[in-house]
Amino acid sequence: MSTSTQEIEKLIGQDYKQGFVTDLDADTFPPGLNEDVIAAISAKKKEPEFLLEWRLKAYRHWLTLKSPEWAFVKFPPIDYQAMSYYSAPKDKGDGPKSIEEVDPKLLETYKKLGIPLAEQERLAGVAVDAIFDSVSVATTFKEKLAEAGVIFCPISEAVQTHPELVQQYLGSVVPVSDNYFAALNSAVFTDGSFVFIPKGVRCPMELSTYFRINAANTGQFERTLIIAEESSHVSYLEGCTAPMRDENQLHAAVVELVALDNAEIKYSTVQNWYPGDENGVGGIYNFVTKRGDCRGQNSKISWTQVETGSAITWKYPSCVLTGDNSVGEFYSVALTNNHQQADTGTKMIHIGKNTRSTIISKGISAGKAQNIYRGLVKVLKGAENARNYTQCDSLLIGDKCGAHTFPYMEIRQPTAQVEHEASTSKISEDQLFYCMQRGISAEDAVCMIVNGFCKEVFKELPMEFAVEAQALLGISLEGSVG
Amino acid sequence: MLSIENLHVSVGDKQILKGISLNIGHGEVHAIMGPNGSGKSTLAHVLAGRDGYTVNSGTVRYNGVDLLDLAPEERAREGVFLAFQYPVEIPGVSNIVLLKAALNSIRKHKGLDELDAMDFISLVKSKTKLVDMDEKFLYRAVNEGFSGGEKKRNEILQMAVLEPRLAILDETDSGLDIDAIKIVSDGVNALRSEDRSIVLVTHYQRLLDYIKPDFVHVLAGGRIVKSGDASLALELEDRGYGWVQQHAGA
Ligand SMILES: Nc1ncnc2c1ncn2[C@@H]1O[C@H](COP(=O)(O)OP(=O)(O)O)[C@@H](O)[C@H]1O
Ligand SMILES: [Mg+2]
Repeated sequence: MSTSTQEIEKLIGQDYKQGFVTDLDADTFPPGLNEDVIAAISAKKKEPEFLLEWRLKAYRHWLTLKSPEWAFVKFPPIDYQAMSYYSAPKDKGDGPKSIEEVDPKLLETYKKLGIPLAEQERLAGVAVDAIFDSVSVATTFKEKLAEAGVIFCPISEAVQTHPELVQQYLGSVVPVSDNYFAALNSAVFTDGSFVFIPKGVRCPMELSTYFRINAANTGQFERTLIIAEESSHVSYLEGCTAPMRDENQLHAAVVELVALDNAEIKYSTVQNWYPGDENGVGGIYNFVTKRGDCRGQNSKISWTQVETGSAITWKYPSCVLTGDNSVGEFYSVALTNNHQQADTGTKMIHIGKNTRSTIISKGISAGKAQNIYRGLVKVLKGAENARNYTQCDSLLIGDKCGAHTFPYMEIRQPTAQVEHEASTSKISEDQLFYCMQRGISAEDAVCMIVNGFCKEVFKELPMEFAVEAQALLGISLEGSVG
Repeated sequence: MLSIENLHVSVGDKQILKGISLNIGHGEVHAIMGPNGSGKSTLAHVLAGRDGYTVNSGTVRYNGVDLLDLAPEERAREGVFLAFQYPVEIPGVSNIVLLKAALNSIRKHKGLDELDAMDFISLVKSKTKLVDMDEKFLYRAVNEGFSGGEKKRNEILQMAVLEPRLAILDETDSGLDIDAIKIVSDGVNALRSEDRSIVLVTHYQRLLDYIKPDFVHVLAGGRIVKSGDASLALELEDRGYGWVQQHAGA
C-alpha cells in the first residue's frame, strides 16, 4: 500500500535545514519586562526622548490588555517575565559597520542560510538588511541606494539619523493601542528595517531583510516601517529562520507601510521560522501585525506571503484603502504540517471611492495541522464603487488535518461589488497513482500538485524568490517514500 | 517480454482474477476483450501496480524481472505504460509540467541527461500532431475540463512522448465517436514497433477494425476463456459474449 493515506502523511515529514545555532558571545538582558527594561532598550539604541515616551505609553496600555482568544489557535499562556527582550552579538559598536568589519561567524551564518552578505556587496540585484536577534548586523548597498535618494537602514539607525520621519510615520498605520501584540511590540521593539523612497523614485533594486533568531529564551520584536512618497515604487522581501529548540520562542512583529499618491509598495514574505518537531515540541510563535495604508490616490499595496514555518502563525497583512482609486492585494500560501497551526488572512478596508482589492489565499494542510483563513472585507459608506474579489482554496494532504475559512464582510455602501469563491480539495490516491504510473515518485507528485495549487501566488513573487519559495515548499514536504 | 502465469487477484474478500496465464512477445499486439465486470481493468491495474489489489498466487515476469516486485513508478520507468480507462484530473498541474517530470524521471532512470527546455518542447509539439491535438492543450491542467475524447487522446500523447516498451490501453475507445476512434487508432498504429508490445483492452470489436491485433483473448469471469487470432474478434461480434461464456462451461 504505497500510496495509502498514512503513506502520504509520511511523505511530508519535515526536514528543517536552518535549525543550527551560531555560537558567539552575546550581550543579553536578563529575563523580565518592566519600565526599566524598556528604558534600557531605549538607552542601548540611543533613542531620542520622544521614542522612550512612546514606548512607555504603549507598555502602560499593554498592561491593561488581555491576550486575544478569538483566534482558532491553541497555546499555553506565555510568561512574559520569563524571556529576555534584548540580545545582540557582542563587540558590535555603535551604528552599522562595513561588511569587512562584521564578525566572520555572522557572515558564515548568513552564508549557511543562503544569504552571502559579503558576495552580495559585489553582486548586483538585491540589497539586504540582516537582523540577528535584536540588532541589524549588516545592510548592503546602502551607498548605492542613497545615490537614488532611497533610505534603507535598520530602524534603530533611522531613529537617530531621521527622527522626524520616524516620528511622523511610526504608529500612524498601526497605533500602539491596536492590539495586544502590537502594543507589546511598540513597547519593546528592538530592530527592523526602515525604508524611505522619495517622491518620483523607482527603487533601483529589490530590498530585503533577513530575520534570524539565534539566542535562546529571547523574544524577537521586529519593527519595520516603509514609506513610499508620491509616485515612487518599491519591492521589498523579508525572510526568516530560527534554530531548532524545544522551547517555544516569540516573534511579535509590527510592519507598517505607507503609500502616498500614485505610489506602489510590493511586500513579499517567505517565512520559514522553525515549526517545531513532528510531535509539536518547540517552534516559533509568530504573532504579527502587518498593515499598509494606501494613503494617497491611485496608490497600491500588495502583500505576497509564503508561510511554511512557525509553530503558530497569527497574522493578517491588511490594506487600508484610504485614497480614491487605490488598490490592495493579498496573495498567500500557508503550508502547515505536523502540529503547526496557522490562523492567517487579511483585512481590506475600503474607505476611498473606486477602491479595489483582491485576495487569493491558498492553504495547504498536512499531518495533524490546522490551517485557518480569516478575512475581513469592509466597505465604508464613502467607498462608492468599491470592488473586492476573494478566492480561498484549501488543499488537504491526508485525513487528520483541517482547513477552515472564516470570511467576514461588512458592506455599508450599496454600489460595492464583493465576490467570494472558496474550494477545498484533497490530493487523491488516484492522482498520485496516475503520476506514479508515469514514472514520477509519490513525493515528487505531491510537490508538483502543491506547486500547481500555489501557482497564482508564486507568480506574484519576484523571480528569484519564487524559485526559493518553491524549493522551500519542496523541503517542507520532503520525506522518505515507504 | 511479458509472461503472466496463473494469476489470482482479489479485492477485499472478492476473488476477481481466477488464474490468468498470458504470454506476450516483443512487438506483439494483443487484444483482451470481455463483458463488463470480467476483470479487464483489474488485470491492467495489477500490471501497473495499483494499490488495493491482493495477488493471491501467480507470477508476472517482465523482461526477466519479477514485475510484481517493483513499485509503480519503477514499472513505469522500466517501460510499462497504462492508458487509463478513466484518466484523472489534476488541477493546477499543466500537461506539459506532468510530461516533463515524467520524461525526465524515466530518462534519469536510464542514465540519460534531462532534456533541456527547448528540446523538450519541440519533442512534445511534434508528438501532438500524432493525435491531432492542439498545442494549447499542453498548457491546460492535466485532463481538467477535457472531453472524453480529449482525455483519451491525451493518454496516447503521453504514450508517444514516454515511448514505453509495454503499453496497456484500457478501453481507449470507449465513449469515442468514429472520428475520434480513427484519430486515436492512427496514433497507436504509428507507435507500433518491434520493440513495443501493446495490450488493447476493449469491450467492442470495432477498435480492432482500426488496430489489427496479432492475438485476441476473451476474458470472462476472471479467466481467459478463449484465445485466437484477429478473426476471433469478428466471431465474437457475431455470436456475442454469451457464446464464449457457455463455451467455457463456467
Ligand atoms: N476496488 C474494488 N472493490 C470492489 N470490487 C471491485 C473493485 N475493483 C473492481 N471490482 C470488481 O471486480 C470486477 C471486475 O472489475 P473490472 O476489472 O473493472 O472489470 P472490467 O474492466 O472488465 O469491466 C467487477 O465485479 C468489479 O465490481
Ligand atoms: Mg474496465
